[in-house]
Amino acid sequence: MKSRRTFASIVGMIAVALAATGCGGGGGGGGEAGGGGAADEFPQKRLEYILPFDAGGESDITARLQQEKLAEVLGQTVNISYKPGGGGALGWSELTRMAPDGYKFMGSNLPHIILQPMLRDDAGYETEDLKQVYIFQSTPNALLVPADSDIQTLDDFIEAAKANPGAMSVGGSGDFSANHIGTLMLNDMAGIDVTYTPFSGTGTAVPALLGGHVDALMSYSPQISQLGDQVRAIAVATEERMPGLPDVPTFVEQGHDLVDGAYRGVSVPTDTPDDIVQKLADAFEEVNQDPELVTAFEEQAFVLENYGPEEAIELTEERKAVYEDLLTRLELVP
Amino acid sequence: MFEVLGQGLLANLAPSMLLLVLIGTLSGMALGAMPGLSATMGVALLVPFTFAMDPTSGLVLLGAFYMGAIYGGSFTAILVNAPGTPSSIATALDGYPLTRQGRSEFAIVGATMGSFVGGIIGVIALIFLAPPLASFSLRFGPQEYFWVAVFGLTIIASLASGSLLKGLIGGLLGLLLATVGIAPVGGDVRFTFGEPMLQGGVPLVPALIGLFTIPEVIRLIALRTRDAHMVDETRQKDRLGGMLKEILSRPVNLIRSGIIGTFVGILPGAGGSVANLVAYNEAKRASKHPETYGKGEIDGVVASESANNGTVGGGFIPTLTLGVPGTPPDAIILGVLLLHGLRPGAELFTTSGPLVYTFIIALAVSAVMMVPVGLVAGRGLQRGVMALPVRYLAPGITVLTIIGAYAIRSSVVDVFIMLALGVAAYLLQRVGIGGASIVLGLVLGTIAETGLVQGLLTSSGAEMPWTTFFTRPISLVLIAMCLVSILWPFIQKRRTKTTTAGGQAAVPASQRPDTGEGD
Repeated sequence: MKSRRTFASIVGMIAVALAATGCGGGGGGGGEAGGGGAADEFPQKRLEYILPFDAGGESDITARLQQEKLAEVLGQTVNISYKPGGGGALGWSELTRMAPDGYKFMGSNLPHIILQPMLRDDAGYETEDLKQVYIFQSTPNALLVPADSDIQTLDDFIEAAKANPGAMSVGGSGDFSANHIGTLMLNDMAGIDVTYTPFSGTGTAVPALLGGHVDALMSYSPQISQLGDQVRAIAVATEERMPGLPDVPTFVEQGHDLVDGAYRGVSVPTDTPDDIVQKLADAFEEVNQDPELVTAFEEQAFVLENYGPEEAIELTEERKAVYEDLLTRLELVP
Repeated sequence: MFEVLGQGLLANLAPSMLLLVLIGTLSGMALGAMPGLSATMGVALLVPFTFAMDPTSGLVLLGAFYMGAIYGGSFTAILVNAPGTPSSIATALDGYPLTRQGRSEFAIVGATMGSFVGGIIGVIALIFLAPPLASFSLRFGPQEYFWVAVFGLTIIASLASGSLLKGLIGGLLGLLLATVGIAPVGGDVRFTFGEPMLQGGVPLVPALIGLFTIPEVIRLIALRTRDAHMVDETRQKDRLGGMLKEILSRPVNLIRSGIIGTFVGILPGAGGSVANLVAYNEAKRASKHPETYGKGEIDGVVASESANNGTVGGGFIPTLTLGVPGTPPDAIILGVLLLHGLRPGAELFTTSGPLVYTFIIALAVSAVMMVPVGLVAGRGLQRGVMALPVRYLAPGITVLTIIGAYAIRSSVVDVFIMLALGVAAYLLQRVGIGGASIVLGLVLGTIAETGLVQGLLTSSGAEMPWTTFFTRPISLVLIAMCLVSILWPFIQKRRTKTTTAGGQAAVPASQRPDTGEGD
């Protein structure tokens, strides 16, 4: 008697686990949508928004903001799941093997999807294997020093770096990320040699700066307002000063043409029909107009971007040429 | 401050708020008890629901859920040797042996009381000591993280009191597994053998489940009789009052472990996975009968659980005062704070005092609620699992392990990794190399490597960068702690030899030699 009840409870536990992981099968109702040309009816079932990173990052927060509004626009539920590993490479290499029907799309970031295939022997995918649907957001690089640092301006920073080549350490999030490449670009433009130290994410890089374990941080613009008066932002990598951060000067106005950052968007497998891609792109464009989302982005110093499928490819090509040139000169391309 | 604190307390006594905390705690426990579904993932799943609530209720729900999820992880660790998260590795080390002695109820009660005390200690530190502790935590740089990880690795010496050599072999295997995938610093691709899925390295939770749980499932299946039960010996039922008395009779262990958990939780690079191990090791070192650890010592369970719930409050210290998430779930809650336009920092406690203190007090209320819920639901669950014959239990656990391994990132490769490591662990256990030392190597290898390489990079201005590992004051303290930790078992052996001739402390008669470690 007792054991039967427990058996039922174990079965129950398993069912809950299945439901929670979304592998219970029929959750979305309806069968497989028939091949291409069905864009008019797309989408017919639940969509899956996959993030190639851990929960809790900037991509996750953004996706959670979009989730409900995407579902409204597309008329189907949107599920968020995670496939982290290898700085995103694991998810992206898997994306190339997924069904090209538009029901599964994955967060994709520049410069990651450019630099990983360029610099790793086998990243498991090529940049061109991912069909970018939309780029909806960017976070420009920002150079931060602790609030009590002697360094007040970019010139001070460069001077300090020149006084002691190789000795100055600049932390950032990850290898061959926008932070890393931004530091390399600054080295290149200013003729300095600072040592970049990658941390496993912005979350672990920030305490290293606040504790004085690194001299400066190449981070993203949202950190400026998030960290408040604990840090001093000496330059931000945008063309013009950011609307939310009128007091932070740009690299450009301090004489260095550094405009770069991380771009967030979504991609699908390369064989996905164009009309379905367009439909998804339209949905993201519409969500990007949502006043609530616009305010939330602005508050966090995210920059709203609107790159459709073609514009995204153009941007990717352009950034790729810039990075390739720099990394070849630095002899980092294998 | 006391005024807002009082307001926070009052706000929590509203029935709707109490209900919210109860719901959060319960659902967190249910999710935490599922191997493979981590607190991080659960909190992330919950976030969209909180958008519909006012900021205070949303945060209270998330906090209670998080507290419950960390506690819930102890159930599977104790009952089926499946630590669902790295925060309950040490719980399994003694919790499961207790289960095999038929004393799982005792282990659950110990875990409950430990979680309660640890949770409360973390919250107290968060209320009264947040700013000074946060600024102290900033003094931990890469060098210190390296030594924290090394300190964690010294636990292998005390885990493997039977054979140090075998323990070290296990630890090295773990360290070797930790090198698979993209290097944490530098980005080189290592030992993937052309398989892109291995770029992410050996995934931690599937490895945990494989190394701990699968060998036990194999052992269960090897029991022949049709009506075999996991516990083949009937013990006299312990009484709740007696169990509580025994656990609470050693408050030092409860409190010390909670403090360790709180403190390690403050360090953003270490968190729960290190806290429970360190607390376990300290409990063992302080114990008068360290030889009972690993064989069903309730103090080991209490230490681990007290520490990992201590990390909840501790982790919020840097999150709320510096804007630096102490643990992965904190990162999500930080994101929610920001979405509501709440900026972390010292001002948050003054400008949004009522909200912040309501949230913090809710964490404490959640810790209190774990006691009745755990003592009723937890013990009920335990009785159910115990009553189950192996012919149901073994396949049931197997299904759960597979779902758990798959769920982390919806990957079949992870399931294969889990099964392969499980079979390997079973074979290694036969020759006396326990899964725990492998897990230690795997968990701590990455932290140590990251600290080492980052430390060398950030100090590249120094003439000999490696010397910075031996000159920083906190590093020196950590080095001293490592040395004590390594040498302690020898010192202790010596002491017992000289003082009490043949006066070994009582070892439970039910101790069996094949519990994994130290045979």
